[in-house]
Amino acid sequence: MAYEKRFDERGFDELRPIEAKVGVVKNASGSALFKIGKTVAIAAVYGPRELHPKFLQNPQTGILRINYNMMPFSGHGERVRPGGSRRSKEINMVIQNALLPVINLKEYPNAVVDVYVELPQTDAGTRCAAIVAAAMALADAGVMMKDLVSAVAVGKVEDKIVVDLIYEEDSYEHGSDVPIAILPNSGKVSLLQMDGDITPEDLQLMIAKAKIACQKIYDVQKAALKERFKKTQGD
Amino acid sequence: MTHTTRENLLASFKAGVHLDGRKLTEYRSITVRKSVTRSAEGSAHILLGETELYVGVKLGIEKPYPDTPEQGNLMVNAELRPISCEKFEVGPPGDEAVELARVVDRGIRESHAIDTHALCITPREAVWSVMIDVCTVNATGGLIDASGLAALAALLDTTFPKNTDTIVHYEERTDKALPIDSYPVPVTVYKFGEYLVVDPLPEEEEHADARLTIAMTERNTICALQKGGVSPLTADEILAMIDIALKRAPELRKHVLR
Repeated sequence: MAYEKRFDERGFDELRPIEAKVGVVKNASGSALFKIGKTVAIAAVYGPRELHPKFLQNPQTGILRINYNMMPFSGHGERVRPGGSRRSKEINMVIQNALLPVINLKEYPNAVVDVYVELPQTDAGTRCAAIVAAAMALADAGVMMKDLVSAVAVGKVEDKIVVDLIYEEDSYEHGSDVPIAILPNSGKVSLLQMDGDITPEDLQLMIAKAKIACQKIYDVQKAALKERFKKTQGD
Repeated sequence: MTHTTRENLLASFKAGVHLDGRKLTEYRSITVRKSVTRSAEGSAHILLGETELYVGVKLGIEKPYPDTPEQGNLMVNAELRPISCEKFEVGPPGDEAVELARVVDRGIRESHAIDTHALCITPREAVWSVMIDVCTVNATGGLIDASGLAALAALLDTTFPKNTDTIVHYEERTDKALPIDSYPVPVTVYKFGEYLVVDPLPEEEEHADARLTIAMTERNTICALQKGGVSPLTADEILAMIDIALKRAPELRKHVLR
């Protein structure tokens, strides 16, 4: 069967409408909101701050902690039970790995950088949206970074490779979902997961398409950070 | 968070103003938006000064409790998320979150805001459950009043999804609204020495002697009370606090009935 037209009628390589804003959580050291279609991620950074309990401290380096949370009413269908799950544990870990390559934690011995991501509304691509928001929040907090991180879920529905999946595509029976994070300046991949059934050629194409899409997201991230910097100067 | 001494604070209250210049019984600016998340059957977002939180209402079909076989279920949960301030931590709800959820719950339950009899599908077998979740994004004081007000807004925003028997089709919404019979609004009045104030800033709140949350209905009756803090209150103080709540509740309610 052929996938002729996307459920939301977008082009196969087309991102949903995206929106980014930096400095959205007043109490945090840095924060950002990233909206892609109906998926909304709010990320905030607290720290670098002293890590407790003390025995977890590392005099060689700081550590990065991620807490990803879907609000109980943010999912499709039934209420999501609050509190951590096996899924959110894994997501915390892969987000951490996606962000670590760009952060210079050696600058912060004995400290922790906490990144909290809240999702009030979701429509697939939540871990990617979380990474995009978290990268901006870290930059806003002034954490030493070599690069930003951009991310998007690509996938395959029937015969077509599609960029930025929505829920109907993500949950499609004969579909594949490949969340990818790219370090925009080096083009390296810092998040790669997959479930589905694809050929090596498909994957090559998916990474290429993710790079192009991430460049667009990167431009929006940079613009949002510049906007924030302008505002700070004006204060 | 900034800190201030109790002396400075009481001097400001003596002059009749909060540290940010508001009158003692005046709230910070309030903005309420409804229908802020499509995945909930009803939702609201509130800004109270810099405090920001979401309330979502999910509906589900469950078995009724044995003591109310013909009434729908109500559940309120509050998540003081670590994103919202330095002192909130990852983990199960602590004392503050549990108290917050229970105070919001009692205001809604005891005012019979939701017509729970209308939520019965099959007596003893199946009823609609109303699940209210409060999630903070930025916490700088006023959480009880902000949560209670946003919860009412979210309930007023709630419509039923389609169902066949006990199966809910969440992707298909009806335009049938949740039956709301009353509009409870909590007003929390704080005591600092001889002064009674509403909506303290966090740096003010840490010096509070006691607080009283008064949930008021639109008929100016009291549907829930909760005293917090260690200082005892005189009967006169309590009546003065209720007087403040009587004045402030209708103004707060206007933000959600629009």
